[in-house]
Amino acid sequence: MSASLLIRGGRVVDPSQALDATRDVLVVDGRIAEVSENVEAPEGAQEVDASGLLVTPGLIDVHVHLREPGGEHKETIATGAKAAAAGGFTSICAMPNTDPVIDDPAGVGFVLAQAAAARAARVYPVGAISHGQEGLQLAAVGEMVEAGAVGITDDGNPVMDSGLMRRALEYAQAFGVPVADHPEDLGVSAQGGMNEGLVSTRLGLRGKPNASEDIHIVRDLLLAELTGGHIHLQHVSTAYGVEAIRQAKARGIKATAEASPHHLILTDEAVEGYNTDAKMNPPLRSAVDREAVREGLADGTLCVLATDHAPHHYDEKEQAFDDAPNGIVGLETSLGLALTHLVGKGLIDLATMVERMSCSPARAFNLEGGTLASGSIGDVTIVDVNEAWKVDRAAFLSKSHNTPFDGWDLTGRARYTIVGGEIVWQANG
Amino acid sequence: MTRTASSIGKDLIGLENLSAEQILTILDASEPFKEISERRIKKVPALRGKTIVNLFFEPSTRTRVSFEFAEKRLSADTVNISSSGSSVVKGENLVDSARNLEAMRIDMVVIRHGSSGAAGFLAERIPSMVINAGDGSHEHPTQALLDMLTIRDHLGRIEGLKVCIVGDIRHSRVARSNIYGLIKLGAEVAVCGPKTLLPMGIADLGVTVFSRIEEAIEWADVLNVLRLQLERMKGGFLPSLREYNRVWGVTKARLEAAPRDVLIMHPGPMNRGVEIDSDVADGPQQVILEQVTNGVAVRMAVLYLLAGGEPDTAEAAKENVDE
Repeated sequence: MSASLLIRGGRVVDPSQALDATRDVLVVDGRIAEVSENVEAPEGAQEVDASGLLVTPGLIDVHVHLREPGGEHKETIATGAKAAAAGGFTSICAMPNTDPVIDDPAGVGFVLAQAAAARAARVYPVGAISHGQEGLQLAAVGEMVEAGAVGITDDGNPVMDSGLMRRALEYAQAFGVPVADHPEDLGVSAQGGMNEGLVSTRLGLRGKPNASEDIHIVRDLLLAELTGGHIHLQHVSTAYGVEAIRQAKARGIKATAEASPHHLILTDEAVEGYNTDAKMNPPLRSAVDREAVREGLADGTLCVLATDHAPHHYDEKEQAFDDAPNGIVGLETSLGLALTHLVGKGLIDLATMVERMSCSPARAFNLEGGTLASGSIGDVTIVDVNEAWKVDRAAFLSKSHNTPFDGWDLTGRARYTIVGGEIVWQANG
Repeated sequence: MTRTASSIGKDLIGLENLSAEQILTILDASEPFKEISERRIKKVPALRGKTIVNLFFEPSTRTRVSFEFAEKRLSADTVNISSSGSSVVKGENLVDSARNLEAMRIDMVVIRHGSSGAAGFLAERIPSMVINAGDGSHEHPTQALLDMLTIRDHLGRIEGLKVCIVGDIRHSRVARSNIYGLIKLGAEVAVCGPKTLLPMGIADLGVTVFSRIEEAIEWADVLNVLRLQLERMKGGFLPSLREYNRVWGVTKARLEAAPRDVLIMHPGPMNRGVEIDSDVADGPQQVILEQVTNGVAVRMAVLYLLAGGEPDTAEAAKENVDE
């Protein structure tokens, strides 16, 4: 007997089909069966009344840290996948900088097995570029992809050896996966913990300038051009970086790039008071950079909105600024922030938001999903764009609560998260 | 256990958040305390019954001893805790230290820590009064206060004077506290050093920037010469100590070329022959040991005021000699 789910009467926004209209969506046996004005419910179909709600292809976050194995006090694959579902994400890509590093097919298999057991958002492992993320020799890219990895990255660290980056961009092409890079020249960063500028000077904190990021963005683009490989630039935070990517794309270089909610909304002034929940890498930058990142997201230069969800245990953040680790959680605030501060303020429209949070991420990592076209995977997010709520980090499903957005008033929140036709998360119940 | 904020606040974390009036209150309150250190019996009962912990996560001799003398001359009970911070995770230690101190119901903590913001971090977490004795590259307020007191002693005022801070501004908490304090009191402030040691955006704090020491000396009434950390060759900040001395060293020849007598200050400890030549360090224009003497008086004033002493009773506080 087939399992069906019928989503009735929602405003379906699916940029992959240039669709924005009231429609019913029928999912049968885990796949989209029909999207039309009046779908007849199959016998025994579960129905969801989506009238007044937004229905989109399942949201995808291609940049999350789930900490398992090795950092289970911060997050596990299960808690991360559940937090993702609560945030409206049907799929997330797990970074490999765990302990041990995910640099072989066994590690990839472990992540997939833990994710399957969680029965929440899908978790796609991203493998390491280099063995142990040491930046010395290529990891088992082919075997990892065979086991289910959807990309490679040494995120957490940049690839400092440009020669190795070149080889990665060449080698990965045989397997059709992007090479994702955390672009940062560590020499120029010089152990900086925040953006270099007036705020860092006043606070007496070591700063890292935009140039530390820009140097590697430009390098990566040049290497992508040289090799014909697909470079995916993570969490772009600088004005020059955005412009360099824009020009590279115009030249036909195969580049995709991310913007993160915090870089779109905050500036380095959020660090005032040595706020360790405003410490991440790359750091919050100037208002000029924030504006450029917004423009980049709007015009598609930064085609992917990704959170860089980086959980840390509270006592790891409860330290002097220099001693606290980088990163903030993002899965449970990303959609609300995007709706309130990007769509709500007219920086992008609703369809563009769905494009950046679902369609483009799917394309960048060759994932199923990102569309409600017939026959595609039955991943759907149903959103109440009018729900007013206050961020309460104590209520997060994530194990960690390190967010600078605690207490913020947001409008718009996921109501149902549906993975393969199954409701994996539902608000208020 | 809430406390009523004193005239200068609950804590002394930095000068950036003090008003000119509060800074002057501290300087004025320091005056009567100077005399106590000149007595045969150097002790008054102003802080009798108060417990103070000197919590030093970084090695320090001068500042720690100065605070300790100030505390003892005010009859406080003091405990010293020193930790190099090398064998433990620094931040973890700081949180735990804060909780332990709180549990022991101490009145004040004087903290020196290698991380910027550490003093404020502690102050937010314990009801005890916290005095910053230097946090990373952020602030060292009592050093700037004693510098300003020394300038005022010698030149009769702060307002309108031209003060240039020379050396490693980037890593210096002394520089930041001096910049904030001096500007609030109406001085013109400049900094001078190699660009590798000047932090980004420093001019936006309202200071003039000189890249050559000759220009700074020609401009200044006062030079505050910072200690050059000898490890700055690592990280490519400087090629060599010899070159630093040749280009930025405060030398007798350079001072003699100045249009006026420049007051020479140094927070110590000095690297003779690096940032300052011996004939300047021992010369007629230097007031370096007076800074040290004033350090005790300024710290007595800060302790006294934070403990709730009224500025106008500072004179009276010293009268009650406790023998």
